[in-house]
Amino acid sequence: MRSIVCVKRVPDSEARVRIAGDGSAIDSSGVKYVMNPYDEFALEQALQLKEAAGEGTVTAITLGSDEAKETLRSALAMGADEGVLLRSDGSMDGLVVARALADEISQREFDLVLFGKQAIDDDNMQVPAMVAQLLSLPCATVVVDMTLDSGTVTAKREVEGGHEIVEFELPGVIAAQKGLNEPRYPSLKGIMAAKRKPLEEKDVTVSEPGLELLGLAPPPARPEPQIVGEGPEVVPELVRRLREEAKVL
Amino acid sequence: MATILAFAETRDGALRPVAAEVVSAARSLADEVGAQVVALVVGGPGTADAASDLARLGADRILVAEAESLSVYQPDLAVEILAGVVGDSDPTAVLFAASAQGKDLSARAAAHLGLALASEVTDIEVADGTPVVTRPMYGGKAYGRFRFLGAPALISIRPNVFSVSESPGEGSVETLPVSEATVPRTRVVGMEAAARAALDVREAPMVVAGGRGLQDADNWGLLEDLVAALGDGATLGASRAVVDAGWRPHSEQVGQTGKVVSPNLYFAVGISGAIQHLAGMRTAGVIVAVNKDPEAPIFGVANYGVVGDLFEILPVLTEEVRVARGA
Ligand SMILES: Cc1cc2nc3c(=O)[nH]c(=O)nc-3n(C[C@H](O)[C@H](O)[C@H](O)COP(=O)(O)OP(=O)(O)OC[C@H]3O[C@@H](n4cnc5c(N)ncnc54)[C@H](O)[C@@H]3O)c2cc1C
Ligand SMILES: Nc1ncnc2c1ncn2[C@@H]1O[C@H](COP(=O)(O)O)[C@@H](O)[C@H]1O
Repeated sequence: MRSIVCVKRVPDSEARVRIAGDGSAIDSSGVKYVMNPYDEFALEQALQLKEAAGEGTVTAITLGSDEAKETLRSALAMGADEGVLLRSDGSMDGLVVARALADEISQREFDLVLFGKQAIDDDNMQVPAMVAQLLSLPCATVVVDMTLDSGTVTAKREVEGGHEIVEFELPGVIAAQKGLNEPRYPSLKGIMAAKRKPLEEKDVTVSEPGLELLGLAPPPARPEPQIVGEGPEVVPELVRRLREEAKVL
Repeated sequence: MATILAFAETRDGALRPVAAEVVSAARSLADEVGAQVVALVVGGPGTADAASDLARLGADRILVAEAESLSVYQPDLAVEILAGVVGDSDPTAVLFAASAQGKDLSARAAAHLGLALASEVTDIEVADGTPVVTRPMYGGKAYGRFRFLGAPALISIRPNVFSVSESPGEGSVETLPVSEATVPRTRVVGMEAAARAALDVREAPMVVAGGRGLQDADNWGLLEDLVAALGDGATLGASRAVVDAGWRPHSEQVGQTGKVVSPNLYFAVGISGAIQHLAGMRTAGVIVAVNKDPEAPIFGVANYGVVGDLFEILPVLTEEVRVARGA
């Protein structure tokens, strides 16, 4: 079972996001960066598939700056066999990222390519389906459960009001949603072993973007909060304000 | 004439609620740039009948691809049909819903057509005749404004953000041929409906969300009563703490690792308001928080807060809502 897992370095979900002076980027000073949480589900799935098959490889690929090597080290510490850094700076839209990843993936042999369903920085939710389309591979996004039986993947996708059951033959692509598994913590042994695992680095030239960021701004301010009061006695007043002031009832 | 293409989503031969939002948003954009609205509807038998309703919302032409094989969303077939329509109508923009189906299809279409896609858009303006979009990023902690450098602009819009308004269009219905030749690489083989045939939390105009403050899965009846009192547009939501505890299904989870919701009215009951929860609901219209801790961060984003024991407050709230709604 040969799996490729695409992992991205993103600000921790707890991080306070400040926007740099000119509005062109977020201010990364003091921000803790982690592996995109959904990519942990993807990586865990790849590790479990390899363990179940009793043989195979797990390759972690990231596209980003030099610092993204940290994320690859985390992937190696969790159990990936090798890491690949596609080095390129700057902001990219989803298709630019997908093209660069697809280019690298197409040069490799694999059975399954795994992604997180969404990167929690850009919140695009685009790259997995785009890579699948570019490589003419079958694909299931937002996957909460999957089984593999003699080369056929059956995946459960989260959709409004239920789940869609999707089938395809390997090679293919899945994008992991929370619930797919419980990602493991890297063991001390894993962290030590990671230092000796291969980590390939290459500079890549990415394609021209189709979207230009005009600026980042803080979220629209919410109205000044009102504490209506304390206890069940104030509920009629709450309901009155919801009806007459907010007009939502 | 310039065209705005709207992908109007269906399931089981019926339009999904987000289809109306997409067509309405396309109408406003078309009015601004002086374009016609072409709605594309792909689905199983019955779709053509359902689709004619889109004229009311401003569709000038309604293109229908109807076939038994399209009763469920078949990504490979849908991409092919959509790409054909884009090729024929050369639109300025293509609008999708940022729904499970819309996001999957829009990303595939973007890669297929070599076009950039902006997802979960909450605002569309026009500058120099092309769309400029605003979208939340970093779990809603920042909003980015983007300009498209090429056409057509592919845009998926966040459910419940764009209002639906009537603005009759020409509404001619045309049938598209559906090729049976394509063998899908990815096969949708079935649907498992949620245990309760409820409105999805992402699409409901009113959400009653519960957190660890409810203390036990058995206490959810309190929230279900409020949902019932609020009526048809209401559904349940949950914090991650209660999903992790196994009290509620993940499909109800609101937040950074759950769903992002923008209902008109959001009740946060016994939810502290952790930053990852706020990421999922801070764009709600009106937020009501019920919490016994006056320092709980949820009060910082709530329009209205009531401090106190939810077990005392909820029954009174449900009753008052029932009376207010005359039910
Ligand atoms: C990577 C990551 C992703 C995450 N994603 C999400 C996500 O998607 N969604 C999410 O919700 N969380 C998410 N979290 C978890 C988040 O940090 C919080 O732990 C979680 O939201 C807390 O849930 P809660 O508010 O129900 O529980 P608590 O924080 O325990 O809050 C319970 C609240 O109930 C109140 N309360 C208790 N008893 C009563 C009573 N009788 N009457 C009234 N009030 C009462 C308390 O005062 C308290 O404020 C994520 C965390 C991480 C690290
Ligand atoms: N720069 C990147 N490097 C590696 N993988 C990425 C990158 N950007 C996105 N991905 C993958 O694509 C998934 C979805 O990202 P997105 O479409 O940007 O929300 C992520 O969870 C990752 O698995």
